[in-house]
Amino acid sequence: MPQRKPFLGAVTAVALTAAAIPAAAADVERGRQAAQTCIACHQADGAGNAALGYPRLDLFAEDYIIQQLQHFKAGHRQNPLMQPFARNLNEQQMADIAAYYGAQQAAVPTPPATDAALLAQGEKLVHQGDWDRHIPACTSCHGPDNRGVGASFPALAGQHASYIESQLQAWRNGTRSHDPLNLMLAVAGRMTDSDIKAAAAYLAAQPAK
Amino acid sequence: MYSRILMTTAFSLIMAHSAQAADKVPVKLPDFEPEQYVHTAPTLADLDADESIHPELRKVIKRGYDLFMNTQQLRGENVFNDMSCRNCHLGEGRQHWSAPIWPAATTLPDYRDKNWQVNSLEERIAGCFSYSMNGKPPAYGSDNMLALVAYHQWLARGAPVYEKNIAGRGFGKVADPAQTPDYQRGKKVFQENCAICHGADGQGQRVNGVVQFPPLWGDGAYNWGAGMARVDTAAAFIKHNMPLGQPGKLSDQEAWDVAYYINAQERPQDPRFEKSAAYTREKYLNFHRRTLYGTEVNGRVLGEHNNTGAKPFLKPEALRSRTFD
Ligand code: HEC
Ligand code: HEC
Ligand code: HEC
Ligand code: HEC
Repeated sequence: MPQRKPFLGAVTAVALTAAAIPAAAADVERGRQAAQTCIACHQADGAGNAALGYPRLDLFAEDYIIQQLQHFKAGHRQNPLMQPFARNLNEQQMADIAAYYGAQQAAVPTPPATDAALLAQGEKLVHQGDWDRHIPACTSCHGPDNRGVGASFPALAGQHASYIESQLQAWRNGTRSHDPLNLMLAVAGRMTDSDIKAAAAYLAAQPAK
Repeated sequence: MYSRILMTTAFSLIMAHSAQAADKVPVKLPDFEPEQYVHTAPTLADLDADESIHPELRKVIKRGYDLFMNTQQLRGENVFNDMSCRNCHLGEGRQHWSAPIWPAATTLPDYRDKNWQVNSLEERIAGCFSYSMNGKPPAYGSDNMLALVAYHQWLARGAPVYEKNIAGRGFGKVADPAQTPDYQRGKKVFQENCAICHGADGQGQRVNGVVQFPPLWGDGAYNWGAGMARVDTAAAFIKHNMPLGQPGKLSDQEAWDVAYYINAQERPQDPRFEKSAAYTREKYLNFHRRTLYGTEVNGRVLGEHNNTGAKPFLKPEALRSRTFD
């Protein structure tokens, strides 16, 4: 067996997303306090509200939550309900709240099985994509079980179908933007209403953790 | 069913689709030449629907599909890096400009310049195992080889045998760059467009131990004998397939620069290695004139090492030469 020698790979120091660094380390307890204004819609455990389309927040990496709050603040995500709350947060509060919700595990019942054909259509799109229309499998970015990859690719499994649908539509109608490299804009732009319904129904029915 | 006229129609449908207003990020791929054969490879759904296929055969084709999509199941046996076939042959090996695999089933046996001899389909597959997968091919005629061959051949369903003017074969070509490809410019393209998935260090990302984004260099990547190590081949793959979901996003210059940057990094030894990288480069210059192997980049000669990655040998026995003299 030939002797192994380590590779002298070039050292590439990369600043990925320039998430602003808060003054003090994020604190779950301070986050709980700061989240008192959020729980009316997102609940204390981050379960959100399926009927009203308020997203679950317990699924995400902390940096993803911070990034999204900054997007609301900057107007890259437009939503009249959510934007005022994001605008009121400073960077320290964002980090604390992200730590708080990141530490939750919400009890969200699996939605009742809908139309089997719709779920099958969704499963195919999520796991195989539709390459004739240049749609890669959702799993190729969101992870093998769609439970997210790092801070850039959010979890989708167990998220409310109503919210998944609203976000895919938001990319299509321009009210959500600035996703890294337009990665999600590209995919959402190629999806039909029927794709969106099917993928959302399937993803919402998958176990979150 | 796969007549040229029908195919032309299918082609314009694809074009019409990418022109839809809903497509926010346009897909920019080269046009097919009018006289080319355009194939629409069948999908798994077609396989399930086709009652003329014997259930035993269906099982074998599906096994081939499964091996192609998750080749890591052969890790340590036939595969010694982090790759699966699908990583370079996107869309289940069906996709135009992503080196669709079925043409190998309709054009082989044929002479290949890579090894100066006539190769069968099994040997073509063995080639990707030996170089791209830094591995040891499943034995010729083995169950796994049969399954892979069956998958390739079934994807070719309806295609004319020995027709070589095939639309969307290989990765296409990227026009010669205006400026000589450059390491520093390539590094910038990489950091801005690729690092989010492949990692700032090019080592890819795993989720619970499973490869999520494959590495581009280092022990887990394709070796120095792999087609992707050729800068022009990588430029074409990248231009027409990366970033994932955005074919045609990069300019020609960016594609060349980033392909140069990736292929100026170290990777496991070329299995054909003899004496030194410079010697091996010279011996296989037909191939290596398109790689940086055995040349000096940033003050070191690439490939001048005896690292075979996780593979406990240099050259698999399957790579053998033959002559009919
Ligand atoms: C009045 C209801 C309401 C309140 C209160 C509220 N939100 Fe939201 N939140 C929403 C809605 C609706 C959305 C989805 C917006 C959209 O469609 O873009 C959302 C989205 C989010 C997202 C994006 C999640 C994702 O998956 O990308 C985050 C993070 C978030 N809210 C955090 C907070 C925090 C932190 C607070 C408290 C400071 C808060 N929200 C208060 C309604 C609310
Ligand atoms: C090429 C990579 C890629 C693919 C493929 C992909 N996504 Fe995404 N997706 C992303 C990224 C990146 C984000 C985060 C966007 C942001 O930061 O605003 C995202 C975000 C989302 C969101 C918003 C989640 C939230 O909590 O706000 C939804 C919904 C979504 N994707 C659905 C899908 C579906 C459904 C598919 C498959 C049809 C899919 N994605 C395929 C990259 C991808
Ligand atoms: C690291 C990337 C990579 C991986 C992984 C890879 N290949 Fe390839 N493959 C290539 C390249 C490059 C070519 C040559 C494309 C060209 O014509 O320019 C190729 C060509 C082929 C061809 C010939 C296609 C034709 O047009 O004749 C077949 C068949 C093939 N590969 C099968 C496989 C199989 C099976 C696997 C998994 C065991 C695999 N490949 C894994 C890069 C890869
Ligand atoms: C959104 C994530 C993402 C981005 C951004 C991205 N890639 Fe990839 N790349 C992938 C995935 C996933 C695969 C494997 C495809 C598959 O298995 O379906 C891949 C495969 C590859 C491969 C062949 C497999 C290998 O590991 O050798 C190369 C080369 C490559 N990418 C280069 C690039 C370059 C260069 C860029 C930037 C211009 C880039 N990629 C941007 C996700 C990405």
